[in-house]
Amino acid sequence: MMLITCSHCGPRAQTEFTYERTVDSVVQPDADPAQAMEQLFTRANPRGLDDELWRHTFGCRAWLVMTRHRVTHQIEAIRAVGPEALP
Amino acid sequence: MTKYSALGLLRGVFNGQSHWQPAWRDPEPKANYDVVIIGGGGHGLATAYYLASVHGIRNVAVLEKGWIGGGNTGRNTTLVRSNYRQKPLHDFFEFGLKMWEHLSDELNYNVMFSPRGALMLGHSDADMTMLAQRGDAMRVDSIDAELLSRDQVAKLEPQLDMSRDARFPIEGGLIQRRGGTARHDAVAWGYARAADRLGVDIIQKCEVTGFVQQGDTVVGVETTRGRIGAGRTAICVAGHSGHVAAMAGLTLPVESQTLQALVTEGVKPMINGVIMSQSLHCYISQSDKGGIVMGGDPDNWPSYAQRGQPMVTEGAIAQAIALVPALSRLRMLRTWGGVTDMSFDGSPIIGTTPVPNLYLNGGWCYGGFKATPASGWTYAHTLATSTPHPLNAPFDLDRFRRGDTIDENGVGPMPNHR
Repeated sequence: MMLITCSHCGPRAQTEFTYERTVDSVVQPDADPAQAMEQLFTRANPRGLDDELWRHTFGCRAWLVMTRHRVTHQIEAIRAVGPEALP
Repeated sequence: MTKYSALGLLRGVFNGQSHWQPAWRDPEPKANYDVVIIGGGGHGLATAYYLASVHGIRNVAVLEKGWIGGGNTGRNTTLVRSNYRQKPLHDFFEFGLKMWEHLSDELNYNVMFSPRGALMLGHSDADMTMLAQRGDAMRVDSIDAELLSRDQVAKLEPQLDMSRDARFPIEGGLIQRRGGTARHDAVAWGYARAADRLGVDIIQKCEVTGFVQQGDTVVGVETTRGRIGAGRTAICVAGHSGHVAAMAGLTLPVESQTLQALVTEGVKPMINGVIMSQSLHCYISQSDKGGIVMGGDPDNWPSYAQRGQPMVTEGAIAQAIALVPALSRLRMLRTWGGVTDMSFDGSPIIGTTPVPNLYLNGGWCYGGFKATPASGWTYAHTLATSTPHPLNAPFDLDRFRRGDTIDENGVGPMPNHR
């Protein structure tokens, strides 16, 4: 199990978190159809590092961007996103 | 290579069973093949076998980075069934189920296909309506399906907790009596032996590290055992589809996730068929050795690790014990995980790619084992004729762009929500 450091709550067990999608597959409202389709239906799916959107669903509910290695599960970086991340 | 027969066994009585030969050769790779198949799992080996036996293309190599059948072919829960809702899936998996019924004869290798019945449980009125609808859809396409009452289910699987205050009360079920299990390793070995016999080179410990391209066209592969030229190149690597396709510049509608399963110590027969609960997502069957084989949800986040997280197996075990309380007394023998290529509509992808001479077979999600014969048959057809077989035509890579997805669960492009 991964120990995920929430930007708000500190290190917490993975059971408190849910995976949403990769960052590059978040479709912007003004994306053109071809780009939206690309983002919705394909993934780089690397056997290495990727940026993923996770949520501390069973905790403070903050959205997080996690840079994680897909083979070793090594977490390289975590940053908060959304209004919570504003100063 | 000798044919396996009762007479062969008898002959061994007189020579101490010393006449048996290796079931397939261990050849050095040649410089060129008509078809190179990347991935020596059940699907890749079946493809090679049907290329050689049906289409007469015998100058074929199957490249496997580890050992054959060591990936998802050896990591599934061995279920075979065709109880889907939608027509393209009906046609494909029912064709496959009919192949399973005489696969042992076809391959001269006992794959231990055991049609012991695949039972889906219904836990509520809504579940029973869904099962009735699924059963009707199957019967319209001439697939056997039978809606069972609570009493019939209780009689069929006496170990189920049928009490009214059960954690997951059982209201009835839908059974496909022709469904069941098979011996997963034997499927890989049987296809390997049969393909080798027809001249296919099975090359193990040979990892593909890149494609050789002239312009866009793929003309071969770079491997850890040197460059191998290929008339046509066929990707058939399950969970690693995205990784391999990326070497040719392709981005696939696939996300790789872990699927786990587990087995208990062996016990006397207690589970008669295959018990499934789609509402819970739990699968229970008993292997011929007596171990109770269980599976559940995938670990719903991307991973190539071939190992899962205990909290997911714990969830599957909790469901299984709630359904069959007697399981709580068994000791767990092993758990394992495989890398599944979760496609974006839950259905597989078999066909051509935008890269000339490169073909793709993947996106099997957590349901690839049962498809092995049909997958090999249709992929071989696609490779031999450059056009899809009618059975795999709906499963092309382009369907996502056309909006023509085959979304059995109706959840949209979210591979982690299946």
